Amino acid sequence: MFKWLEKNLPKIVMAPAVGLIGWFVYGFVLWTLYISFTNSKILPKYELWGFGQYEKLWASRKWLISVDNLLVFTALFLIFCIVIGIILAIFLDQKIRAEGVLRTIYLYPMALSFIVTGTAWKWILNPTLGIQKMFIDWGFENFTFDWLVNREMAIYTIVIAGVWQSAGFVMALFLAGLRSVEDEIVKAAKIDGAGLFTVYWKILLPMMRPVFFTSFVILVHISIKSYDLIVALTQGGPGISTTMPALFMTQAAFHKSQVGLSAASAMMMFMAVAAVIIPYLYSELRRENAR
Amino acid sequence: MQDNLQSSSYKELEQKSKYTNIFLRWFLYFILILFASYFIFPLYVMVVTSLKTMEEIRQGTLLTWPSSLNFDSWLVAWGGRGYGAGDTFLRPYFWNSIKMVVPAVFFSTFIGAMTGYVLTKWRFKGDQWVFLFLLFGCFIPFQAILLPMARTLGTLGISNSVVGLVLVHTVYGIPFTTLFFRNYYISVPTELVKAARIDGAGFFKIFFKILLPISAPIIVVTVIWQFTQIWNDFLFGSTFSFGEAAPIQVALNNMVLSSTSVKEYNVDMASAIIAGIPTLIVYVLAGKYFIRGLTSGAVKG
Repeated sequence: MFKWLEKNLPKIVMAPAVGLIGWFVYGFVLWTLYISFTNSKILPKYELWGFGQYEKLWASRKWLISVDNLLVFTALFLIFCIVIGIILAIFLDQKIRAEGVLRTIYLYPMALSFIVTGTAWKWILNPTLGIQKMFIDWGFENFTFDWLVNREMAIYTIVIAGVWQSAGFVMALFLAGLRSVEDEIVKAAKIDGAGLFTVYWKILLPMMRPVFFTSFVILVHISIKSYDLIVALTQGGPGISTTMPALFMTQAAFHKSQVGLSAASAMMMFMAVAAVIIPYLYSELRRENAR
Repeated sequence: MQDNLQSSSYKELEQKSKYTNIFLRWFLYFILILFASYFIFPLYVMVVTSLKTMEEIRQGTLLTWPSSLNFDSWLVAWGGRGYGAGDTFLRPYFWNSIKMVVPAVFFSTFIGAMTGYVLTKWRFKGDQWVFLFLLFGCFIPFQAILLPMARTLGTLGISNSVVGLVLVHTVYGIPFTTLFFRNYYISVPTELVKAARIDGAGFFKIFFKILLPISAPIIVVTVIWQFTQIWNDFLFGSTFSFGEAAPIQVALNNMVLSSTSVKEYNVDMASAIIAGIPTLIVYVLAGKYFIRGLTSGAVKG
């Protein structure tokens, strides 16, 4: 008995982690999957109902708006974060004075919660006392900036705040990537007459392909799950113009007693994340095995 | 000789473009400072607004400096006014968050350290698959587990309580903490462990005598990562708690959204700073470790 215990001690120590994750991640996802095939309303029911919830979901105007918003947000969020991140990384890589201070400034928003970020930006963007008033007081009397309360434009305020929060992070990833490149490569190219621009555009950036890939995956992941920022900034409004899948899911589940429908929306989000993550994990593992 | 030639032609090249270089440097600093002001702007506005009176806020702009250092809004945000039905303030929720963060960080870090230790130093057939099995937990969108989690907490009788949130954060932190420790321990030479085993050291002795003493950096990274994630969480906090058991981010959001007669932006901003200050302090004091965690555990976002 004692010997058996000693022999299997490592596995026993590992059991809590495996058990908890097995139950709370895999078990729960399967449960949600099952419920998405039932006609559950306030309480879960266990008779199967087929794909009814998914049909309802994709016929729902609110869901379609959510998906549409998610696509717009993801595209802009990705482009701005990556472009700003790369510019800052390359510029910081030029033996800049006070690099540490600048880096700290670019990255500190990552330490704040989306609720704090949203609260701050909501105040800055509010039309009565925020940026709009600042410009009017400066003499631009016809200046209007009412995106926060404008149905068409409100989604872009979420982009502004989201990019503010995450661009510094992309900068950190790229800076680490650039620093890991051997100095010799850059020197050799310079001797061959390549300008700084050519060095980055033709040599260094193409070498950063794994960093692009990582940033892409992380940013898409953040954007699919965006919830807090929208709650703090717009609550999905005006109307439902800035609603997103994560918001749709919690509202259906906890405010509208549509448990089955919310499970279906959660599974759609799960599949979207899986479509991005599985190729990523696969390539990461291959890289690790190749090493 | 070869080297000398190269470096002199290199110097010539530098000389030629000296003036373009000076212009470029100015441009570089201009852009960098421009972005720095974009990033610092909201923080500046938050601090300045929190120090103004509502009268000053209406009269000035976002950027105007307060006429005096006035910490009244901070006191109201932290401790309330002491009267009125809707007198909500952050102090109790701040303590809720502390009571939630400390045990959740401790348990998830401990479990992660043990699991990472087994996965790297007591390898067995299929351990790669176990790691992958755990790693996948980093990526799931939590929406896919919210409904069953709410039911489970109800069944266990710990819904709407700090204990419930400790459980939730511990469980969903394990994939990250395991990832951190596994990647750290994998670079520790296994020979050390083997030698200790031959000397008759057991499972726990090896962990506490050999691995734990060299684990300080990764413990710091993990604790900072978990602390930041759990302190800043809103999804779990707002789904599994309300009223008195809510953590600080939920309370902040409720305070800002509550539609009392007059909107007090100075109190809102003071509240936001109070809710953000613990993680900000950690970031400023231990930025290096913060960034290390970010780049290796970033998948959660």
